[in-house]
Amino acid sequence: MTQSNGAAGQPRLEAKIPDGHLQDKWDNYKDAVALVNPANKRKHTILVVGSGLAGGSAAATLAGLGYNVKCFCIQDSARRAHSIAAQGGINAAKNYPNDGDTIWRLFYDTVKGGDYRARESNVYRLSQLSANIIDQAVAQGVPFAREYGGMLANRSFGGALVSRTFYARGQTGQQLLLGTYQALSHQIAAGRVAMLPRREMLDLVVVDGHARGIVTRDLVTGTIERYAGDAVLLCTGGYGNAYYLSTNAKNSNVTAAWRCYKRGAFFANPCYTQIHPTCIPVAGSYQSKLTLMSESLRNDGRVWVPKDPADQRAPDQIPEADRDYYLERRYPSFGNLVPRDVASRAAKKECDDGRGVGETRLAVYLDFADAIDRLGKQAIGERYGNLFEMYERITGENPYRTPMRIYPAVHYTMGGLWVDYELQSTVPGLFVLGEANFSDHGANRLGASALMQGLADGYFVVPYTVGAYLNRHDRADSVSADNPAFAEVQGAATRRIERLINSDGDKTPTQFHRQLGIILWNHVGMSRTRAGLTHAIAAIGELKEEFWSRVRVPGTAATFNKNLEFAGRIADFIELGDLMARDALRREESCGGHFREEFQTAEGEALRNDDAYMDVAAWEYGDPTPHLHLEPLTFESVQPSTRSYK
Amino acid sequence: MTIHLRVWRQSGPDSPGFLEDHTVTEANEHMSFLELLDVLNEQLIRDGREPVEFDSDCREGICGSCGLMVAGIAHGPQKRTAVCQLHMRSFNSGDTITVEPFRARAFPIVRDLVVDRSAFDRIIAAGGFVSVTTGGAPDANAVLISKADADRAMDYAACIGCGACVAACPNGSASLFTAAKIAHLDFLPQGQVESAHRALAMVDRMTDEGFGNCSNHAECEAVCPKGISIAGIARMRRLYLMGPLTAKAQ
Repeated sequence: MTQSNGAAGQPRLEAKIPDGHLQDKWDNYKDAVALVNPANKRKHTILVVGSGLAGGSAAATLAGLGYNVKCFCIQDSARRAHSIAAQGGINAAKNYPNDGDTIWRLFYDTVKGGDYRARESNVYRLSQLSANIIDQAVAQGVPFAREYGGMLANRSFGGALVSRTFYARGQTGQQLLLGTYQALSHQIAAGRVAMLPRREMLDLVVVDGHARGIVTRDLVTGTIERYAGDAVLLCTGGYGNAYYLSTNAKNSNVTAAWRCYKRGAFFANPCYTQIHPTCIPVAGSYQSKLTLMSESLRNDGRVWVPKDPADQRAPDQIPEADRDYYLERRYPSFGNLVPRDVASRAAKKECDDGRGVGETRLAVYLDFADAIDRLGKQAIGERYGNLFEMYERITGENPYRTPMRIYPAVHYTMGGLWVDYELQSTVPGLFVLGEANFSDHGANRLGASALMQGLADGYFVVPYTVGAYLNRHDRADSVSADNPAFAEVQGAATRRIERLINSDGDKTPTQFHRQLGIILWNHVGMSRTRAGLTHAIAAIGELKEEFWSRVRVPGTAATFNKNLEFAGRIADFIELGDLMARDALRREESCGGHFREEFQTAEGEALRNDDAYMDVAAWEYGDPTPHLHLEPLTFESVQPSTRSYK
Repeated sequence: MTIHLRVWRQSGPDSPGFLEDHTVTEANEHMSFLELLDVLNEQLIRDGREPVEFDSDCREGICGSCGLMVAGIAHGPQKRTAVCQLHMRSFNSGDTITVEPFRARAFPIVRDLVVDRSAFDRIIAAGGFVSVTTGGAPDANAVLISKADADRAMDYAACIGCGACVAACPNGSASLFTAAKIAHLDFLPQGQVESAHRALAMVDRMTDEGFGNCSNHAECEAVCPKGISIAGIARMRRLYLMGPLTAKAQ
């Protein structure tokens, strides 16, 4: 077993990585894991919070194994979880195209892409399981793209040297989620899953140090409810909406994870956020969210800005000589296909230097003119037609004629609750899956890897590891929701709701959210400095005070009340924002999506500091300040190198 | 832009509803229709009034959460566009736009513009899946599927479950929604195994939920944000009629 250092006098972080060679660890784990007697599984209630790829797949699989499952989601249907919005694809080391892919290569690309800040053993397991996911999805009826001969089609994605990405038009997340939702519906019909939509988890109930239940709000009636179980699976996605504007759905939030953090689950690497380079730019202050366009666009689109900041001509009036294809210039080898973090920072630099385009000057061109000349309009339409339509619907401009305007936007969060190899948090019995955990993507996630991770966690990892936990603590349904701990947590949740609804302020929840977003985007966004982060911590502290004295939440707590939901989530985002800034301040290096201006090479590239920061920063809740625990990362199988895309 | 809105307000499923007039003077052609409602709600909160409740989530036309009758049309006047991607450039300054919830017997109103579409989940749970559990799936390329069939399956699988088809149908039928799932799975060998039983179970469930039947108005296809074809309904009916002859008792 590999163990990590805890700070003196603090509990140790134990990753519980199995012994053996990297390739054998997961098999060794499964060989040794104690199985739950099939006759006893139905005596165990598992609470699954979230119905996206991670939650839906876990709930369906555990129910299929015989467990009694309750699944909760905030939307009106399990089918609407935000996994549905993923466009591009899902990676799997199938090597169908015979172009040299292996489990090892997918593992290596993921660890390298994450800038050597992920846990080797977890990533290897993810890569091993990737192929099973495709098999499972096809068996469910997921209509992946096919070749004329009837075989599955693959494409290269995000600059990968092999074609390992499976896709269903530009709706891969939707189709995988519907596969999961249908598997879940199968179990609902069989009576093994109780599905509870329009429920928001407000808190975790811990009894004798173990997660034994949750408290939720029925979003239609406002009733605060208690649910007891033998394990809690948190599958609640990422926290990108802390920035207010992001590509996340309006309801995506950190509240469930944040409540768990306050109940003892450590929050790992909160500063690792991914800014996606190809999004539709902000148009105005009323903007409610940002729309991503698949980065597959960069396979054929060329990114450029005018060389002269004063150049106000329309893009088609600017001759070649006056254009700067800055990605091709700076990265001749990878060109427009550099990883997301590199492409995003480069766009920001051009705009910071005054060469941005469009009304707001916060955009760069993504131009398909050359590709249309080379391949024809029809070929480009077949590849990107739906994305071009979406762009036109939103901006009113036709990308076949005018270059797209793009700008980076917050898209994904690599940080999340700390989990060990079993995906168990520091609160025994609380498991964290998918984007909500921290483990697999390090400091930067590669394209087409998020769907893979959510489904690997839910279909193939947690069904084993939850069983192991239940075996270690066999006491089926021994705690009920009548336990006094539930009443206490329910009371606290109710008081918090009452405080929000009774706050007689003068500012709307959204106003606070926008303010927080501006602080985070400016100082904890694509580029960070000590001064900026210090300022952000102070500004967020002031915002928190102001929030609780000046927020106005309309209506009552006993009805459907969207603004009440938002207000509670914004309060948690404010606290999370503080932790993100602290984590970014502590990490005095640049890696992946975390770029500290003080730590860069002469060419302006990220400068890692492996001697001091090859670790996971896991934060334990503390008032007024959190406590830091470190899990050192050891690389036994790969040699960390400097990422170079020149 | 200045936009006048007549918005449906209803405090609960059993309360009477009414249209309420509002004006938004800060509208802008780049705004989405839901952002216009956001701006209205910010005004209402500041004026100490209750905001208009409506469902939305991804705001990029894929989750199916949003759905409004805009000027009498499900999702509004722009073809193949969910209301979250309908932009104000489709309207003129000074327009008066009526905004109502999706109306159908099987979609009870929760509050204002929010409706209860859980009947859709129950239709899927009646058989809109392949009865496999996790594990033991054969290699994904073990069964070849023609590109044409995979593409047609995808055409139907693109349904986002928003309910516009029901709201637009004079019969309040969920035929397009139900047929989309039946056709999606029937075009794939993995789904064909259960096709006959699936069609029987899902269509019967649709009826039990209080949806009407199809009489070929094709209003559903006209408003579907994903352009799902009513050809799927013909396929569903054929499977349903053949069902009793071919479905094995389950």
